[in-house]
Amino acid sequence: MSRAKRSIETRDVTLVEAVNMALHRAMADDANVVVLGEDIATNGGVFRATVGLKEAFGFKRVMDTPLAENLIAGTAIGMATQGLRPVAEFQFMGFIYAGMEQIVSHAARMRNRTRGRLHCPLVFRAPFGGGIHAPEHHSESTEALFAHIPGLRVVIPSSPQRAYGLLLAAIRNPDPVIFLEPKRIYRAVTQSVEDNGEALPLDTCFTLREGDDVTLITWGACVQETLQAADKLAEQGVSCEVIDVATVSPLDRETLLCSVAKTGRAVIVHEACRNGGVGAEVAASIAEGAFLDLQAPVVRVTGYDTIMPYYRNEQYYLPQVEDIVKAVEQVIAL
Amino acid sequence: MRQIHEFHVDSTRYLDDHGKPPGELPPQAGNTIRVLAAYRNMVLTRTFDSKAIALQRTGKCGTYPSVLGHEVVGTAIGQGMAKSDVFVPYYRDQAAHLLRGVSLTELLLYWGGDERGSAWQNCPEDLPISVPIATQCCHAVGVAAAMKIRDENRAVVCCIGDGGTSKGDFLESINLAGAWHLPVVFVVINNQWAISTPRSLQSGAETIAQKAISAGLPGHIVDGNDYFATVEALDTALDRAHGGKGATVIEAVTYRLGDHTTADDATRYRTAEDLKRAWEKDGIKRLQNWLHDNGHWSPDKEKSLQAECKQTVERAVEKYLAMEAEPPTAMLDYLFETLPAALQPQREQIASKYRGGDL
Repeated sequence: MSRAKRSIETRDVTLVEAVNMALHRAMADDANVVVLGEDIATNGGVFRATVGLKEAFGFKRVMDTPLAENLIAGTAIGMATQGLRPVAEFQFMGFIYAGMEQIVSHAARMRNRTRGRLHCPLVFRAPFGGGIHAPEHHSESTEALFAHIPGLRVVIPSSPQRAYGLLLAAIRNPDPVIFLEPKRIYRAVTQSVEDNGEALPLDTCFTLREGDDVTLITWGACVQETLQAADKLAEQGVSCEVIDVATVSPLDRETLLCSVAKTGRAVIVHEACRNGGVGAEVAASIAEGAFLDLQAPVVRVTGYDTIMPYYRNEQYYLPQVEDIVKAVEQVIAL
Repeated sequence: MRQIHEFHVDSTRYLDDHGKPPGELPPQAGNTIRVLAAYRNMVLTRTFDSKAIALQRTGKCGTYPSVLGHEVVGTAIGQGMAKSDVFVPYYRDQAAHLLRGVSLTELLLYWGGDERGSAWQNCPEDLPISVPIATQCCHAVGVAAAMKIRDENRAVVCCIGDGGTSKGDFLESINLAGAWHLPVVFVVINNQWAISTPRSLQSGAETIAQKAISAGLPGHIVDGNDYFATVEALDTALDRAHGGKGATVIEAVTYRLGDHTTADDATRYRTAEDLKRAWEKDGIKRLQNWLHDNGHWSPDKEKSLQAECKQTVERAVEKYLAMEAEPPTAMLDYLFETLPAALQPQREQIASKYRGGDL
C-alpha cells in the first residue's frame, strides 16, 4: 500500500486546510488509514477537505463511493472490523441521517457486543451548522443526537490548530468518533499550524481564556462569537472564562465544574436548538455538581426550537455576540 | 427499437423431493467424506434447534429464532468458505456458524442474554449476528473492500433473508459490490416469510436473484433444500470471488418450517397444508435418502448419529447453564477501549449497587 514521506512544515492555514493537513499526515503515518465518501477523491470534496489525497495515496486508499450515505457508514464499519482506520465523509450533516442506523446500531456497539473481539476505529466527518447561506438541509446542528448514543465520541473543532490536533486524535482513537466541522468558520480565520503529527487530547475541554466573573461554555463556530462577546464584556469590566468543550461527548465535566466553582456563573452558548441540546446536559451537570457554587441561574444562548430557517433569516436563528453579552449582563446583575 | 442487453436468471436443482437425482450430479457428490460431514452438521443443527426451543419454553433461554429449513444452505456456506474468509451472518445461520467454529455454548449464550455469546473464540474475524435487517450487507462490502485494498486472496459470504432484500442496505451493497468488483457472495435465503409477510408482498420481481442484474452481478437461484445444488453454487461463487472475478448473488429457495421466533405463532398467518407441503421438500430427509440409496447410510448409522448429536448438544447446554452471568460492570467495560473519565462515576455506582461479586 502506498505511503508517502511527509516533512514537518508550519503553514498559516484555515480550518478546512488544517483538516486536509491532518488527513495527509494520518495517511502518511499509517497505511491502514483510508478515506471514503462522495466526491472526495478526484474532486477533493465539495469543501476541498480531501484535496490532494488521491494524488498522494492513490485511489485504493481514497475512494469515491456511490451516492448512498447508509452504505458509506456501513462500508466504513466493515472496513474497520478488518483493522483499517476509515475516515468517511458525509458531505453535509443534513445527509448523515441515512447512515444513522449503521452508526447507532453497529459502529457504536461493535466492541461492546463482541466483548472486544471486533471494534470500529473509524471517523465519520461531516461539515455542520449554519451561516453560509446554504440550501435547505445544509445548515443544521444536530450533535446532540450523537452525544446521546453510548459508544460514540462526538468531537467538534473550533480553530485550525484544534482541527488538526483533534482530527489526528480521532483517527488514532480505537473507537468510533463523529467529527463535526463547523463550516461557517472553515475559512473564517487562519492560524499557524505545525504539521508535526501531534494530536490533541480528546475528552478534554480547552480553556481559551481565563476569567473570574462568569464561565462561557461553548463549542464549534459559536466560539468565535463567544470570544468577541468576552472582549466586549472585558471593556465593561466583566472578566469571562471561555471554554471550548471540543468533545461534547463524553463530557469533560471536571473542567467545567472547576471553572464554575471559581466564577459562580455559567452561560452556555450553542447553535443547535435548545430542547434536549448538549447545553441541557452541561446545565444539568452544573446543577448536580456545582449548585452551591452558583450565584445565578445557568443561562443558555442557543438556536430556537424550530426548523432552521432558510438563509434570508438564518442570522436571527444563530446566536449573535449581542445575545451572549446580554445573557452575561443578566447573570452578572444577580 | 433494438435490444441492447439480454439478461437471464438460472435455477439449479439436482435432487427431487425424495432425494432421487433425475440427472447427473455435480462433482461435489463424489466427495463422500464431505457429504457425510454435511449431513452430520445438518442433523446436529436440527438437534440443537429443538433443544434451544425447549430451553426457551422452560425459561432457560430468551427469544430464539428457529433454523428449521435453513440447515442445508447454512451447511453449504460453512463447507464452501475457507477458514480465512469472513462470514457476515444474519440471525438464522446456526448451521454455518457451527462449521465456522462458533460453539453451541456461544450460540446459547447469545440467545440467553449474554454478550459473551458473540466473543467467538474460533472465528475471530466473522461478524456477529446482525439483528437490524439487511444492515450486515454494508459491512460485508466493507470487509471485502478491505481485502481488496490489501490485495488479499480472501472472500466474504453475507447472508440475508427474502424480507431483507426489500431494504436499501441490500440494494446499496450489491450495487457497490458490482461497482468495485468486490470478493463477496450474497446468499439470499428465501424462506418465503418475513415474520408474517409472504414473499409475494416483498416485491413484484419474479425472482429475488434478478435484483443482482441491476447491480451488474450474476444472480443464480438454487433449491435451498438440495445440498448438491447449493454447495455447487457456493463453490462456484466463492471460486469467482477468490479468482478476482467479483461478486455473486445466490437466491437459495427454502421454507421457514418453524415460527419466526419463539415469540411468534405462525398458525396465525399460514395454513397447515402449506407447512405440510414444505416438509415434503425437507432437505435433510432428502440427503438422508440419497445417502441411503447410494450405500453410504443405514438405520444403525442414523441412530448412532442422532445419539452423538444429542450428547454434544446436552454437553453444550450443561456448560451454558453452569456459566455465571458477567459482573454488571461489564456493561461499561467494553464500551470503549479505555473507559472515559466521564463514565467512571457510573461504573462505581454499578459496582457499589451490586457489591459482592468481583467487580
